[in-house]
Amino acid sequence: MNGVKILVSIIAFTLLGACSTIKLNEKAPPVEDRNSASSVPAPAPAPAPSSGRTSEVSPSSASAVDPLNDPSNILYKRSVYFDYDQYTVKEEFSALVEAHGKYLAANPDRKVTIQGNTDERGGSEYNLALGQKRAEAVRRAMALAGARDSQMEAVSFGKEKPKAMGSDEAAWMENRRADIVY
Amino acid sequence: MMASPKKRIFLKSLVASSVAAGLHPIAALAQLRVEISGVGANQIPIAIGQFWDDPAGDNHVTAIIAADLQRSGLFRVIPSSDLVRETGAVDDAVWRSKGADALLGGSLTQADGRTEIRYRLHDTAKAVTLTSSGLKVNPQFIRLAAHRVADDVYEKLTGIRGPFATRIAYVARSGNEYRLEIADSDGENAFTAFRDTEPVISPAWSPDGSKVAYVSFNLKKPVVYVQELATRQRIAVANFKGSNSAPAWSPDGRRLAIALSRDGLTQIHTVNADGTDLRRVATSNAIDTEPCFSPAGDTFYFTSDRSGSPQIYRMTPSGGEVRRVTFNGSYNISPAISPDGKLLSYISRRDGRFQVYVLDLANGQETRLSDGPRDESPSFAPNSRYIMYASESAGRAHLAVVAVDGSSSYTLNAKASKIREPAWGPFTK
Repeated sequence: MNGVKILVSIIAFTLLGACSTIKLNEKAPPVEDRNSASSVPAPAPAPAPSSGRTSEVSPSSASAVDPLNDPSNILYKRSVYFDYDQYTVKEEFSALVEAHGKYLAANPDRKVTIQGNTDERGGSEYNLALGQKRAEAVRRAMALAGARDSQMEAVSFGKEKPKAMGSDEAAWMENRRADIVY
Repeated sequence: MMASPKKRIFLKSLVASSVAAGLHPIAALAQLRVEISGVGANQIPIAIGQFWDDPAGDNHVTAIIAADLQRSGLFRVIPSSDLVRETGAVDDAVWRSKGADALLGGSLTQADGRTEIRYRLHDTAKAVTLTSSGLKVNPQFIRLAAHRVADDVYEKLTGIRGPFATRIAYVARSGNEYRLEIADSDGENAFTAFRDTEPVISPAWSPDGSKVAYVSFNLKKPVVYVQELATRQRIAVANFKGSNSAPAWSPDGRRLAIALSRDGLTQIHTVNADGTDLRRVATSNAIDTEPCFSPAGDTFYFTSDRSGSPQIYRMTPSGGEVRRVTFNGSYNISPAISPDGKLLSYISRRDGRFQVYVLDLANGQETRLSDGPRDESPSFAPNSRYIMYASESAGRAHLAVVAVDGSSSYTLNAKASKIREPAWGPFTK
């Protein structure tokens, strides 16, 4: 196990090595980002967790199919949608959020980033704070379901990484969203 | 009035590093096109004669000066094909008959690989010389020197320091590429300070113009960086858990105000420009973001939704004496304070349209300055007389500049890029 962890750290460091003047965060960035906006070239869009993290996790998930990758499991859903100017997790998403909270409680090695987003209307910085409020609402609901603070980070993309392009209500609805990213 | 040696070295290294990085084709693409869309009523008519030995082309000094003065909205440039030197007698009656209250003439002299620009500004009504001066520069700084001549003319005729020999920062997007670009105030000489496939927002100039703070999403979350423009060295000054954003410099350039969500909600903090000594400024149970310092450093302006909708507030640097500043409309964000401390600009949403407003802090009078459906990010010129902002309509994103009295305006367009998030840099020596 230790060997694997060191190897993961080395890989993470090597990947970040290109920007040597950047002060590195103490923890490695998420290995996988399946929900990144389509505009960003994603090197590994495969749903299965790639690289070292798989071997780190496999003992706890045993031989069964990872529920995160099972389309029939509620954990396969990772997006929470919000109404205009609203930041509370709607009733229809509470089961989803609770399931992820419980999954994290049962799998203390897993970590998530919760990425908040807004529609395109308004200023960049204020939207960043609004997206943060959405991500934080999801994070708190997951904490209530048992996820530890150390397993979660709520961040915001504001209006900067819209999943849906366009300036109509359909696009705006799609972009008022928080994604749970393992 | 020569550029100081330090300044020259600094600018030279910028040019050298963009060449080294192979950025020139892109820099050329990024040149902005200026369109003047409104002019003031009380303009000073000035005749600008052709400077002697002024070579045509991008560095045509006469044209650069004329374009600066015209764009400012304060002058009506009377073009002249006559060659007018900075020496010799002026026939005031002839120039007055052409409608000119002032006449600018000059000459260029090449010596030892450098160019000397000499010029004279003459008052044709009083028949007196207002200024007669010269600058000697290396070839790559001819445009800068021309802007300095325009600054001098502007100041002599209006009593206000000229804004032309300054720079702007903005974010350009083409396809999946985001570039933080630095250009002259007229959009020329653009170069890329930072590029990435993740968004960049909120550039902010250090008071001495040597660094830019900005927010990059390159770590899959917003992180605040400070980048030295001459060396391209950058450090993450705020990379805490959660989102890090909205950098603003203290007037002495030693600290940054930033918005952090490390404790849950977005709240205002300050940190040294090297990332040390983080302090939380105030605690609210609402969003507090977009801090900016008053020029004297004794007041923070910021955006907060503590009243239920976003409004602009002010407080002391230690978080005390919080007062609401905006009361009209249910959405007022992005405060910017003029360098003279007299005006507050912000974006207000009225009837679903996001537009630039300016508030006179002395008498409380509010004026709308833009009419776009989606205007953002107001930033004052260092002479407090203009506001640059981002404007978007029908999928086009450009920069616009409006005089603070609304009397004139112009736009800066990039051919192949969407440009937004402007920040007008400080005066430089």
